[in-house]
Parts: sequence; structure tokens; C-alpha cells
Amino acid sequence: MDDLYREYILEHYRQPHNKGDLEHPDRFAAYANPLCGDRIQMGVRLEGDCVVEVRFNGSGCAISQASASMLTDRMCEATLEELAAITKDDIFEMLGVSISPARQRCALLAWEVLRKGILGQPEEDDDEAS
Amino acid sequence: MLDQTNRARSIEALAPRADFPILARPIHDRPLIYLDSTATSQKPATVLDAMDSYYRQTNANVHRGAYTLSEEASEQYEQARRHIARFIHAHSWREIIFTRNTTEGINLLAWTWGLSQLKARDTILLTEMEHHSNLVPWQILAQRTGAQLAFVPVREDGRLDLDAYRQLLETHMPKLVAFSLMSNVLGTIPPARLMVELAHAAGATVFCDGAQSVAHLPTDVRDLDCDALAFSGHKMLGPTGIGVLYGKRALLEALPPFMGGGDMIGEVQLHTFTPNALPWKFEAGTPAIAEVIGLAAALSYLEHLEMARVAAHETALVDYMLARLSAIPGLRIIGPTDAVDRGAVVSFTLAELHPHDLATLLDRDGIAIRAGHHCAQPLMERFAVPATARASAYVYTNAAEIDALGVAIERARRLFL
Repeated sequence: MDDLYREYILEHYRQPHNKGDLEHPDRFAAYANPLCGDRIQMGVRLEGDCVVEVRFNGSGCAISQASASMLTDRMCEATLEELAAITKDDIFEMLGVSISPARQRCALLAWEVLRKGILGQPEEDDDEAS
Repeated sequence: MLDQTNRARSIEALAPRADFPILARPIHDRPLIYLDSTATSQKPATVLDAMDSYYRQTNANVHRGAYTLSEEASEQYEQARRHIARFIHAHSWREIIFTRNTTEGINLLAWTWGLSQLKARDTILLTEMEHHSNLVPWQILAQRTGAQLAFVPVREDGRLDLDAYRQLLETHMPKLVAFSLMSNVLGTIPPARLMVELAHAAGATVFCDGAQSVAHLPTDVRDLDCDALAFSGHKMLGPTGIGVLYGKRALLEALPPFMGGGDMIGEVQLHTFTPNALPWKFEAGTPAIAEVIGLAAALSYLEHLEMARVAAHETALVDYMLARLSAIPGLRIIGPTDAVDRGAVVSFTLAELHPHDLATLLDRDGIAIRAGHHCAQPLMERFAVPATARASAYVYTNAAEIDALGVAIERARRLFL
């Protein structure tokens, strides 16, 4: 019935996968988007460089929460190297719906937690030329 | 109750909707229902025509041009200033300073009055419901001067705690009291006249933020007796890029200039200058001439409607909005739940549903509402919400649009919850 709020997005929002807290995470990070109040925290347990368990918690809009649910699905049993290779476009592709510029930060919040918080990647240069 | 509802449903727009060209634009193949006038208002054709006609017929820089176009442009520019003075009942057109917007007016005061008058440990008394524009400039000023900020609390019902206000005046003896005449989030209209009187009795200078109120309520600065007032053209049917700072003449006379440049000077030598007389002392550089002319056209339009009728229309509408929205299960209104001393802006949350999702979904129905913190993050914290959805009405809003809003929210609720 709607381009953005497809049923599978709403399913992930209503019944998110991997939601909760890990007691002793090997890595943990939390980010918020102060503009809209979306919050995501994420904990992962590692064996070697492979994610064996991941949990996220947070609150916010359907897009941010569904994105976290879908991304954490993908993180299970992935190696850190594989996670580091996930791009912004991969997230949009994963969501499978068209995200307007105003909602991109919502869609990418969980990925930011993974990228900057869990993997410690540097801030991306956002000054696109055109 | 049913009677009341039927009566409310008959609320027609106060202004002819055909006067506003944008309202004829479909959004996602639906008629536009514009419920974000608190952010900015739509513009009647008379405002657009006035600006268009200025550029087509009159365009020239103002002041000191000894030719027909410049004389006409200067005349229209200065007539607009007199018009604004009448609109807010100022004593003199010299008390009307053109700015870009409310924010610039407040910054002008902070940098001129604030830096010259405040010293360490002086208090600036604000309220918890201020827009960031009536908060951050004072924070910057406090950092610069060592002055401190204090805040009148907002009660759970969205009204200011006036007992606390009296106490704060007594204990802090603030140099400045600055507050909004209508909250852009809660819709709260504080008892401004009383607050000004109490502040003056405590020895404070009083600034009023009229960004919302001047568009929606009759304004009489002589009756209100505030020392300064700022407002924006774009919220009152006028264009963006033009705002007004009103100040009592004695206050403005005593202030140093703000920005330096052309027009704000009397005489200039290589090493010194003398400032121009009021109000030009505060108007450096070529002003927003077309916007000033557009704003004057907006005032004419509002005067034709009559501000008292504008206010009454919005009271009726907000009464209906409050009743219609509070009937939706899970919907929580942030702000006063009665229509008394309240503008037609209603902020709300809907159970766990994030306001951005609601706003995006409503947009599909052609309904424009705002979602977020509305430039009032401390107020969001006060009510322990990350963000709210906000619907606001103006002269072109009717009850049928409020009904459509209610139906669309109910549909969103079924989809998400």
C-alpha cells in the first residue's frame, strides 16, 4: 500500500530480529540521531574475527529500527572483514525501498553504529562534489 | 457533545482559499492540506504580486537615488515601515528595524544591548519553552559576559509556572527577561502583559519573541509595554528573508550599532564614522526591499481579515483540533488541552509511533505536518519525548482539513501499531 512502508519493513519494525542486550559483548557501541531522536545501541560477541552473536536495542522510527533489524541479521556469522565491506548503498539495497534524502540518516543509523562504533572506521568525508 | 462537533465541522477558512495559489497544488494526487503554518505560512497572491510588481516596475536601490525608480522604491520601503509601526501600535516608525527574521532581531539585541549592558553574574531570565532562537543567542551572550541563565519552568499542563516566575524575579533580580508570546510547540500564550509588568517592577528589561504571536494575535506594543519585540514576515503571509525588530526608542537610541556598512552611517572618515539616526543605524547594507514590500502587502491582507477575527478563528479551530485528536486512542497532546490562551498549534505523540513515520505517511495523503524537536530540544526533554508530530492552522485552514488529519492519523495507527 505504500512505497516506503512495505510489509516486510513493518514486520521488522513490529517484530525486530536480534533485539535485546548482550550481557558480555566483546564490542559495544551506541549512537543517536539528535535531530529526530532515533537511538541504536549494538553489542556483538566474537569468536576470532567472526560475529557469533549480535543484539541491538533502541527506539525511533520504523526505518531506523527495521534497518537495524535487517542489518543485524546480516551480521550474524559474518567476519569483521565482511562487515567492513558493507557500504551505504548496500544498506539501501538491503532495505529495498526508496529512501528520500530526509530519511537517509534514519536508514543509515544502525550502519553508522556498526561502522564507526563496532569497527572503528573513521568518519566518512561527506562533502560530495555535486 | 454531538452539537459541539457539528458546530465545529462548520468552521470554514477565514481567508478565501483561492487567494492562496499554492493551495490548488495537488500533492501525491491529493489536494494539499497544509498544517505547518507554525513553521512558515503560505502566501496570498497579493503578496506575490506586490513583490513581482516591484521587480518589474520599480526595482532600484533605496535611499539617496535622485531618480524616479529609486524615489519610488525608497517611498514604498519607508511606507512599509510606517505600516508595520501602525500594525503593532508602535509610537514611531523609528522604532521599526528591518532584519532578516526573528532570529536576527534577537541576535542584534544580544550583541548590542547584551554586550553593552550585562556583566558577570547578571541574570538573563528565560522560560523552558523557548525556541532555540530565543535561547542560543543568550547562551552565547552568557558565555561572553559571564552572565547566568535562569528559566521559568513549564508545568505539566503546558503553562508557565507563574509562582516560580515571581520567585525567580525576586531571587535573581534579572537584568533581562526574554520570553515567547506564543510557544511554537505547546501553543501556550503566556499572560504577557502581567509578566512584563512584574519584570519591570523587578527592574528588568523585557524582550518578547513574537515569531508566532504577531502572525496570529492582535499586537499592541504600547499596551504590552515590552522594551523590544522581534517577529518574522514569513510566518504572517509574507516572504522569507524579512523580519522586524521593534524597540522602544530610548532603548534603541542608547545602543551601539550592530553591523557596519552602507546606510547605517552618518559620516565616514578613514578612521572613524558616526552612526546614522534610527532606524537606519541598524540597517547596514542593501536591505531586502522586495521582501519589505511583500510584508506590507501581507499586513494589508491581515488587516482586511482583522487580527481579532484571525485570533477567534484559530481559537475555534484549535478547540476542534484538540477534541478531534484527543479522541484517537494512544494520542498524547503535549501542551494545554483547552483552547484558552492557546494558539492553533498542536504537538502530539501517538503511542510508540515515531513522528517521522507519521509525517511521511500523512504526506502520502497530501497532508503536511511537521515532525521533530521543533527547535526546542530542552522542551522535548522537559516532556520526556524525543520528538513530536505537530499540526498547526492558520487563516486558510478549515475544519474539514482537521477531519482529514484525524482520519489519516487513525489509518497510520492501524498500519503501524
